[in-house]
Amino acid sequence: MNPEASVVDNVIDTVSAVFLVVGALMSLAAAVGLLRFPDLLSRMHAATKPQVLGLFLLLAAIGLQMRTWWVWPALLVAWIFQLLTVPVSAHMVGRAGYRTKHLHRELLSSDELDAVVQKAAQSARDDSSRDEADDGGRRD
Amino acid sequence: MSRRRISLRQELPLLVWLVIVWGALWQDFSPGSLLFGALLAVLVARMFYLPPVEVSGRFNILHAVPFALRFLGRVAAASVEVMYLAAVRGPRVISSVVAVPLRSHQDLMVTATGHVISLIPGSLVVEVDRSTSTLYLHGLNVSSPEEVENLRREVRSIEAGLIRIMGSREELEAIRQEAAA
Repeated sequence: MNPEASVVDNVIDTVSAVFLVVGALMSLAAAVGLLRFPDLLSRMHAATKPQVLGLFLLLAAIGLQMRTWWVWPALLVAWIFQLLTVPVSAHMVGRAGYRTKHLHRELLSSDELDAVVQKAAQSARDDSSRDEADDGGRRD
Repeated sequence: MSRRRISLRQELPLLVWLVIVWGALWQDFSPGSLLFGALLAVLVARMFYLPPVEVSGRFNILHAVPFALRFLGRVAAASVEVMYLAAVRGPRVISSVVAVPLRSHQDLMVTATGHVISLIPGSLVVEVDRSTSTLYLHGLNVSSPEEVENLRREVRSIEAGLIRIMGSREELEAIRQEAAA
């Protein structure tokens, strides 16, 4: 074994060790956030962000340790799927949470969606009452 | 059946992606494997019909690479920020719901912008109004009107970046005029 290769090995080992520890920390941060944040929407932040980076670091560490180029595409595909699905699931949960009023108003400094929702609800009410009046008028 | 036919050119990104996934899953990028993957990709795309995604047909790699690097940096910054907030502020964190009207009305651009901002500092898409292409975001740790304005500006700049990468010519022209003004 020539000494240069072992230096490279050492560097790769160190880098992947750092990646593994930081990645695990990120996942821990996500767990802490889930516990400590007060409402559903802010918990979704904790569930999406640190863990995407955490997974990236863990996958990179795996890639560095495997030393074969053909694992990289598989790892990359895994991460891209994560990138594509995490915002969608967070959006679906957040949206359902907002619509079912699982949020703490006192924790929001401003809510620009509220006015829109109120207006839509009002016009839906107007429509339905008008429809009823129409139905009564000309049912034939 | 009255399905709209998808041209091969429009379908090509999906097919290429399916072949890459096939190769990655088998961890085998030999020509035979890729050819079989391509065959399967065409078969799958024909059998499981999806509504065609409106692509503008342009993709600027020169803008895409810096954007991807900046995106990675922001994901890292966002993660550290959320970690800090979780550990220090915890239950006392104040947020707000912000409406951001986007320039583009294409589904692909709205989706891409929503994805990118869901992954970077303190924002999460709560609701999408497709008719006016307005995103309603939940901003973590956004408590003053200035911070709301900052968030809105940042989202619009991300959209501008995405338009530079793959927006249509009209949108690109609008961005240029906005920058000049």
